[in-house]
Amino acid sequence: MSDMILLGTRKGAIIFDRISSIWRPRSIVHAGVPVCYAARDPRDGTLWVSLDHGHWGPKLSRSRDGGETWVDITSLKYPEGARYIVKYLPTPDSNPESPSALPEYADASVLKIWNITFGNADQPNRLYAGTIPGGLFVSDDGGDTWELNRPLWSHHSRGGDLFAGNATAENRWNGTPASIDYGVFEPGIHSIVVDPRDSDHIYVAVSTAGVLESTDGGQSWEGRNRGMLMDYLPNPESEWGHDPHFVTSCPGQPDHLWQQNHCGVFYSDDGAKNWKKVSMPDLGVNFGFPIVADANDGLTAWVVPARADSERMAIDGGLFVARTTDGGKTWQSFRNGLPQDNAYDIALRHSLDVSGDCLCFGSTTGNVYVSEDRGETWQCLDNNFPPIYSVRFG
Amino acid sequence: MPRVEMTPHLYRFFPQLKDRIITVPSGSVAGILLAINEIAPGFIDYVLNEHGALRRHVNICINDTLVIDKIKLSDHVPDDRTVYIFQSLSGG
Repeated sequence: MSDMILLGTRKGAIIFDRISSIWRPRSIVHAGVPVCYAARDPRDGTLWVSLDHGHWGPKLSRSRDGGETWVDITSLKYPEGARYIVKYLPTPDSNPESPSALPEYADASVLKIWNITFGNADQPNRLYAGTIPGGLFVSDDGGDTWELNRPLWSHHSRGGDLFAGNATAENRWNGTPASIDYGVFEPGIHSIVVDPRDSDHIYVAVSTAGVLESTDGGQSWEGRNRGMLMDYLPNPESEWGHDPHFVTSCPGQPDHLWQQNHCGVFYSDDGAKNWKKVSMPDLGVNFGFPIVADANDGLTAWVVPARADSERMAIDGGLFVARTTDGGKTWQSFRNGLPQDNAYDIALRHSLDVSGDCLCFGSTTGNVYVSEDRGETWQCLDNNFPPIYSVRFG
Repeated sequence: MPRVEMTPHLYRFFPQLKDRIITVPSGSVAGILLAINEIAPGFIDYVLNEHGALRRHVNICINDTLVIDKIKLSDHVPDDRTVYIFQSLSGG
């Protein structure tokens, strides 16, 4: 079990250390700066945060001395010629019966670095970063320099190779509401899963498009959304347009993948070839953002359910965590130690993590809860943190 | 030579710019930012995006006039002017 928890919050990053069985927070770092993701690289102990400066642009920041000092990394940039087909939010002037006949293009700028994922031990300097507007970036020098993964950027589902010219296919990627803060409505990559058995085997999840898989180290990508459902569309089984809130896998059984979206909890036991809806709405397990899988048992996962979709807060004022140990056939809810009255918390997509028997989640209401018995009982670490964007064990 | 003043928020990232009078050769706003970047490497990445355009929530004035060209930063800055770099309220 890890002895470190990293929180990314609206007002900086907060690191907890577990000392003599007690979780103790350090002073906030990057104080005042929104930190949308914070994590520790298990290969070398480097701490990473994604800074979401309102004024100065998104930046990565890295600490190689356990959080004492930090160096900002400014090299994650879209290359010259990286364009995308613009998605516009409807305006009062929009005429749905007369959409623009021709796609409009925009030069890509990094708006948000939404996720940082570390490569396997056989690629000790490999890192991935997922961004809004939908670019996957790769570093092979420990984060000093970054390169856009062009096969994904130029995927046919996104209109084809816009470096070479105009679109050759329809753009099937839609925007994520998470992009609206930046004045746009563009897609974002928030989940990156590297198969521990094979570093060339990678999944990404895009809001709003779906899951894509590469088996050749990112040289090519295929959609993996069979079985996914979008109850709110005329064609719920459309290949694209899914909004996976977060996708993760079981490290010990990597063909077992989990995700949660607007329409339910979904599980795959065949490497995302097929997804199966495994919600239990009567128990409240249907809508939410974060999901984690057990390190060794692919049948076991946890969620922090919320009321869908327009409310996005705890169900009936009571916060709970649900766990399945049978691949989603049944779920059990756990409330011991969590508030059951007047709770309006929502845990965002990166705000739940697991390490051994220990789980931790944080909410936009600034509450942080830890369980050391696989989610069955909980203790509150504090109630007065800034809105929490990410929780990761170090 | 034009003088440069900036929001103290930028000193957090570039302490070498604090407590000094910054003067740079006259020229375009883009040239002036590049000159500051020589003093404080990386500075330009905080005020411009990867296309060299002014970030959405950053403003630059020449004396009390907002720069017109926020894409290529081509506005000319004469010798006797002061360039102000500050954050917009919109990005707070």
